[in-house]
Amino acid sequence: MIETIRAAFVIARRDFAAIIFSKSFFFFLLGPLFPLGIGIAAGGLGSQVSRDIDNPVIGIALSPAETEMLLAARTRLSGSLGSQSLPDMVVLEDFSGEEADILAKLDSEKSLNAILSGSLAKPVLTGSKRDVDKWRGKITLLVETASSQLAEVEIETRLVGQTGSSSERGQLLTAQAGQAILILLTMILAGMVLSNLVEEKTNKIIEILAAAIPMDAIFLGKLFAMLGMALVGIAVWSTVGFSIALLVGGNWAALPSPAVGWPLFGLLMILYFSMAYLLLGSLFLGIGAMATTVREVQTLSMPVTMGQLLVFFLAYSSITKLGDPAEWLAVLFPFSSPFAMIARAAQMDNIWQHGLALVWQGIFTMIIIRFSVMLFRRNVMKSGQAARKKSLLARVTGK
Amino acid sequence: MHAPHSQYAIEARNIVKRFDGEAAVDGIDLTIRKGSIFGILGPNGAGKTTTLRMLLGIIDPDEGERFLLGSPEPISMAHQVGYLPEERGLYQSMKAFDAIAFMGALRGLPLAEGRKRGRAMMEDHGLGDAADKQIRQLSKGMAQTVQLLGTLVHDPDLIILDEPFSGLDALNQGKLERLIRAQADKGVTIIFSTHVIAHAERLCEEIAIIADGKISFKGKVSTARDRLRPQVHLETRNLDGPWRTAIPAECKPLGHNWHFTLPESGVEPLLHALVEGGAGIESLSIERPGLHDAFVQIAGDAAARKMEADAGNNNGDETA
Repeated sequence: MIETIRAAFVIARRDFAAIIFSKSFFFFLLGPLFPLGIGIAAGGLGSQVSRDIDNPVIGIALSPAETEMLLAARTRLSGSLGSQSLPDMVVLEDFSGEEADILAKLDSEKSLNAILSGSLAKPVLTGSKRDVDKWRGKITLLVETASSQLAEVEIETRLVGQTGSSSERGQLLTAQAGQAILILLTMILAGMVLSNLVEEKTNKIIEILAAAIPMDAIFLGKLFAMLGMALVGIAVWSTVGFSIALLVGGNWAALPSPAVGWPLFGLLMILYFSMAYLLLGSLFLGIGAMATTVREVQTLSMPVTMGQLLVFFLAYSSITKLGDPAEWLAVLFPFSSPFAMIARAAQMDNIWQHGLALVWQGIFTMIIIRFSVMLFRRNVMKSGQAARKKSLLARVTGK
Repeated sequence: MHAPHSQYAIEARNIVKRFDGEAAVDGIDLTIRKGSIFGILGPNGAGKTTTLRMLLGIIDPDEGERFLLGSPEPISMAHQVGYLPEERGLYQSMKAFDAIAFMGALRGLPLAEGRKRGRAMMEDHGLGDAADKQIRQLSKGMAQTVQLLGTLVHDPDLIILDEPFSGLDALNQGKLERLIRAQADKGVTIIFSTHVIAHAERLCEEIAIIADGKISFKGKVSTARDRLRPQVHLETRNLDGPWRTAIPAECKPLGHNWHFTLPESGVEPLLHALVEGGAGIESLSIERPGLHDAFVQIAGDAAARKMEADAGNNNGDETA
């Protein structure tokens, strides 16, 4: 065992140094900036388009006095509801309000979505069915506010730290956020392990390694080197992310606190990411080890990604069902366990379960590595005919 | 039960390896003494590499058992073993001295010590200037030397070289032969496979000839040669006379030259019969057969021709 760990360290150190000191690692670090940039740009454009579509312009064809009252009502409601939630209004001057004129106006003025005519007592909203259905409620509110002439009510507010409901909602949000980050990072990073043994096989180095150290050490070393690289990447991205958040004045106090507290939650995020990475990574390493060329690895990527999505879906779907059979399934199924457990850490304050979960996930990682090694020795190194006669337990334990 | 301090570097008993039902190695028994230079001869596909891979523990035999330095778990003795595989491979982005250190580290040598030794070994082999170059910047021959040095850096007790002369030019083949002798002089056991008989003949004390996954011969080179009778090359002034009875009846002259296998009775009766019978000896030589002739006799003519073709292809590769 000690020799396996020593040998794994030799492999991990070589791989880690080869990755970290390569030029491509710089581009790897820049990687998340591209989807982030695209996301921000697409989000900005999307919201602009959405605003343009959803904020219609309503033409007002009321008497001057009623028009004045309606505009005043809009100003008052904007204060409490927000200007974006109310339609823009354009006063149509020198306009008869006859039905024919309204139809002609709507036909000629492309910027107008609907026209409000008649009077506040008997308003008429003319427009397409979609616009009328969508804005009838808000227009009614505006007309009622304008008609009532009531003074604006000032509500006195009393703030408490947390209510049971807000705490639960907040923790659920933290659970979702934590799980989403974990899933995203695992998805981005674990797939890279697929191609990890291709270099050794194409360069024939695998023969030297296999003659010198236990095969388990090769797999373990490679896995830990990739995990190290992933953690370096995460550290860099987190540092950059927090720095930007500090610069733009992020409100940390507004983040809902997880049930186990922030320090332990942070630690568990790292531990569960590591376990998720090792679990999926060991599987991917085993699958990738069967491939002989980069093309084969690329072909394998698609089903592997689909498999990842299924696992993530299982964990995500159980996030609001703590204690349900579905959630227990997500907790116990090794590949979804880290994601389900981070959701638990956000919502449940008992700590012992995390120790058990980590041990459970660690055992499965070792089993998968053993199984991958067995497949690799048999199918790639063309060994293990004799091993086939051994019991599954002996193969798994290596005895 | 095997003592860890067995007198044998290798012991294999009836090891069998099949690929897709076909036996690549079919019941090989092998014992190799510690401190010897041992050659495994055979044409490509004879089962040499598969045998070595089983002995090293890279693959497990389907049947039989093997002991490396007395241990049934070869990988547990890896720190005492150096191995140069037939298909050479190094990490292309590694610096040469680092590659040597890495190979040593795999077999338990501390990295810092490996780096120190790596530089020194490269200096000793006239490659000092290349120590800081990446493997991809080295010529094929230099990279091969780096890999060989990586095989030796941790001072192993047993060195296994699979086709070590393959891909080397004549100059480097000579260097490698000297290196092998130097290691043997230090008491290191050296086992190498080859399909070039001349290397085995020059270097080995003992050989095994493998053909079709089986050992056809195992023993001293001299024993292999002794399986053949010496060849007599005789030139006579006369073509007939009483002396003809001393020569095998089926032997026909080429002009005045006679070539035949030395009779069982030996040299003295032959000489006596030739002189007394009035052959008029112009010249007489008695040649001991080479390992090649012994190989033809042991493994068969077809195997010998295949091995010659392999050697020819290999030389072709070197100059390509």
